[in-house]
Amino acid sequence: MLNKYPMWKNLMVIVIIAIGGFYAIPNLFGEDHAVQVVATRGAEVSASTLSTVNEVLKSKGIAVKRSELENGQLLVRLNNGEEQLVAKEIISDALGDKYTVALNLAPATPEWLEAMGGSPMKLGLDLRGGVHFLMEVDMGEALRKMSEAKVADFRTDLRAEKIRYAGIRNGAKGIEIKFRDAETLTKAENFLKSRSNDMVFVDKTVGDDYVLVANPSEAYLKQVKEEALQQNITTLRNRVNELGVAEPVVQRQGAERIIVELPGVQDTARAKEILSATASIEFHMVDQKADVQAAMSGRVPAGSELYQRRTGGPVVLKKAVMLTGDHIQGAQPSFDEYSRPQVSINLDAKGGSIFSNVTKDNIGNPMATLFIEYKDTGEKNADGSVKMKKIEEVISVATIQARLGRNFVITGLEHAEAQNLALLLRAGALIAPVYIVEERTIGPSLGQENIENGMQAMIWGMAVVLIFMLVYYRGFGLIANLALTANLVMVVGVMSMIPGAVLTLPGIAGMVLTVGMAVDGNVLIYERIREELRNGRSVQQAIHEGYGNAFSTIADANITTFMTALILFAVGTGAVKGFAVTLMIGIATSMFTCIVGTRSIVNAIWGGKRVKKLSI
Amino acid sequence: MLQILNVKGTVNFLRHALPISIFSAVLVLGSIATLATKGINWGLDFTGGTVVELEFSKPANLSAIRTNLSTEAVGGAVVQNFGSSRDVLIRLPVKDDFKSVDQVNDVMDAVTKLDSSVIQKRVEFVGPQVGKELAEQGGLAVLVALICILIYVSFRFEWRLAVGSVAALAHDIIVTLGVFSLLQLEFDLTVLAGLLTVVGYSLNDTIVVFDRIRENFLKLRKSTPEEVVNISITQTMSRTIITTGTTLVVVVALFLKGGTMIHGFATALLMGIFVGTFSSIYVASFLAIKLGINREHMMPVEIEKEGADQDALMP
Repeated sequence: MLNKYPMWKNLMVIVIIAIGGFYAIPNLFGEDHAVQVVATRGAEVSASTLSTVNEVLKSKGIAVKRSELENGQLLVRLNNGEEQLVAKEIISDALGDKYTVALNLAPATPEWLEAMGGSPMKLGLDLRGGVHFLMEVDMGEALRKMSEAKVADFRTDLRAEKIRYAGIRNGAKGIEIKFRDAETLTKAENFLKSRSNDMVFVDKTVGDDYVLVANPSEAYLKQVKEEALQQNITTLRNRVNELGVAEPVVQRQGAERIIVELPGVQDTARAKEILSATASIEFHMVDQKADVQAAMSGRVPAGSELYQRRTGGPVVLKKAVMLTGDHIQGAQPSFDEYSRPQVSINLDAKGGSIFSNVTKDNIGNPMATLFIEYKDTGEKNADGSVKMKKIEEVISVATIQARLGRNFVITGLEHAEAQNLALLLRAGALIAPVYIVEERTIGPSLGQENIENGMQAMIWGMAVVLIFMLVYYRGFGLIANLALTANLVMVVGVMSMIPGAVLTLPGIAGMVLTVGMAVDGNVLIYERIREELRNGRSVQQAIHEGYGNAFSTIADANITTFMTALILFAVGTGAVKGFAVTLMIGIATSMFTCIVGTRSIVNAIWGGKRVKKLSI
Repeated sequence: MLQILNVKGTVNFLRHALPISIFSAVLVLGSIATLATKGINWGLDFTGGTVVELEFSKPANLSAIRTNLSTEAVGGAVVQNFGSSRDVLIRLPVKDDFKSVDQVNDVMDAVTKLDSSVIQKRVEFVGPQVGKELAEQGGLAVLVALICILIYVSFRFEWRLAVGSVAALAHDIIVTLGVFSLLQLEFDLTVLAGLLTVVGYSLNDTIVVFDRIRENFLKLRKSTPEEVVNISITQTMSRTIITTGTTLVVVVALFLKGGTMIHGFATALLMGIFVGTFSSIYVASFLAIKLGINREHMMPVEIEKEGADQDALMP
């Protein structure tokens, strides 16, 4: 029994630990105070922006440590916090309001390390401070919008096909289309079925009531919800970018929720206002045939609805939406020739063609701009969700003078409203309202405190364990301690390497716990070796048997712990997930270091020669 | 060599099994009774509501804060120290007609009157809906973990041992929950994480003993199941004590130095480790014996000694 590792095995151990160690290095460098520049719409961060920034800073006597252009954003590293604040102001003055300039902390990883893919662990909000929001998308509203669009579609389609219907409305059972006779119903059903395969049509005729009910198919329902969520994520991402936050997170959670994390943000009120604002606009034609007086007493013509003007007074608009805010690409506040505030809007290509068709057919007719906003009523629904109130106001009615293209203006707003509307439109409209169901704000001082506490616990725990192992197992204890240290370094290295892994406070707890539990493998092996020695085995045999017998135990014990960590990861959120990640990595690396790592040292020292006594 | 446990021969652990099992059963029943009567002091994560953590520039006057809060129309607030005398935690329950922003603003208005340089360290708001879902998810996670373990252990060992280990885990969870209920300690998400870690840890212990039992059943052909279990527990005892010791050390370090935010986590672990170590010896092994485990049950296991066929790759 020689207990020798072949060369490749020793090399493998060294290489793996070295890689882990290498990627742990970036964590030693700390962070630089930096200023981040992001372009808002219509602008671009380019090499010339970079040189402009460098020049103004140089002229004001501020030394730039390093500045880099990456993924369309500019990062200027400075020497300290005071210069950072000064630099931010200088840069925002120099660049103007087409750019968002934000304070940032950037990892101070040296360039050569970064070039090799090295970066420090990402810290969770509980360690760096910031705001965390969990937002819920109002799917009811998304579905309502969808069925309204369908009603309009059916109406146009049936008319185009010259199929006479008695009425279409959004009823309790779905979209109800009434006909005067069975024949027309069948004809309409066949026609509509061929047109839209994402709806399910059911003949609900009772007596002389010829009714066809249409409901979205399961797949389509799922698709609408998915699209609403995705679209809202994109919109929120755009809005977050407007806030100018470094490294924000906008992520889906489950089927209806979105997580938004804004590291370093303390002004939660503004963040919330921008994020949850659900203003949008829609363009409708004015129903000129409608009698406003009759409509006010409740007799609104089918297909039209009564609205209030912002300036006061009722107006009847056609329900069909000519164009929604989704197609708006840019929006800038400005003033018209009478210095009244207005918002200039430009549309995307599709919106442009829709709008140009609509306006071409309606020259000389009045068109209204409907402003829609969802406000938290402060009340709750029965299921605990926030009740939202939909506020709809007509902000302008203007006669279409000519065919409009992709660029036009909206008037009828106050100055501040024009500004806000432009910002919201620029950032995209939310397809369905979102509301905040969870909010966590952590001050930067608490974050720092959490890191220090975690480190303290780690140092104390580790010191006691290391001393105990050394005293109790002597030579082998020292080896276990080496393995333990290597293990910790590897956990840090792996955490830094995995792009999605985030270190949180419970994550630090997980690392501390790993330290305590990682010695288990070595204790199992060493106790086994001692036992074998007591049973009179030779030194080489004892080592061999000790490692061999302990292996299945260690594997079983760790696999089961790994399973619970995996379940934690799967069902957990935020902090719990962070804990699960470090625990899983810790289990994997500790198995490697305690079984293979220590064996390689033991073999090198005691293996392959005559040894009378072991230091164990 | 230094030895913590130096025993010649075998300790008859199972001799005390019956009284200890009764003690365990009483512990479990007591915990269930406490849970049924007192319930769990669910934290913000599960109930929903708002928490504001503040740091005052000087030791805070809690009763003055309470008075000020009630005049600011922030009803039902719980005000307590959090860590130090300068740190204060204010908890606000979920209300039907509330807005989290307004509530927090009212709190800040009330406290700045007492101390103008008060720092808002942390604000957390959780909607009641989210809380409810988390509680459901948490319970589900524990259940799924137990089922997965049951399957794994049945597959790797034997169903009697699997039942024993899962019973031991359920025992640990119930008793830990019982202590949280009895002392009315706050149960938040980190405590749930702690509880699941306890499951992992306690199972670790159980598996180590079971592994030995399996090995000894095959080796000691003439011994009775009771003897095999006693021998196995004795042989793994030093390891159990050492590992429990080192883990306890780090958890105590976490408890003392880790800060208030992970107190609950450390508390759950601290209790779980005690209960878990004890249950892996008594509850798990004893139940397996009561279920009639014997040598024949161990024979069909094909992967009896992993070390042998792993030699080429692993040490």
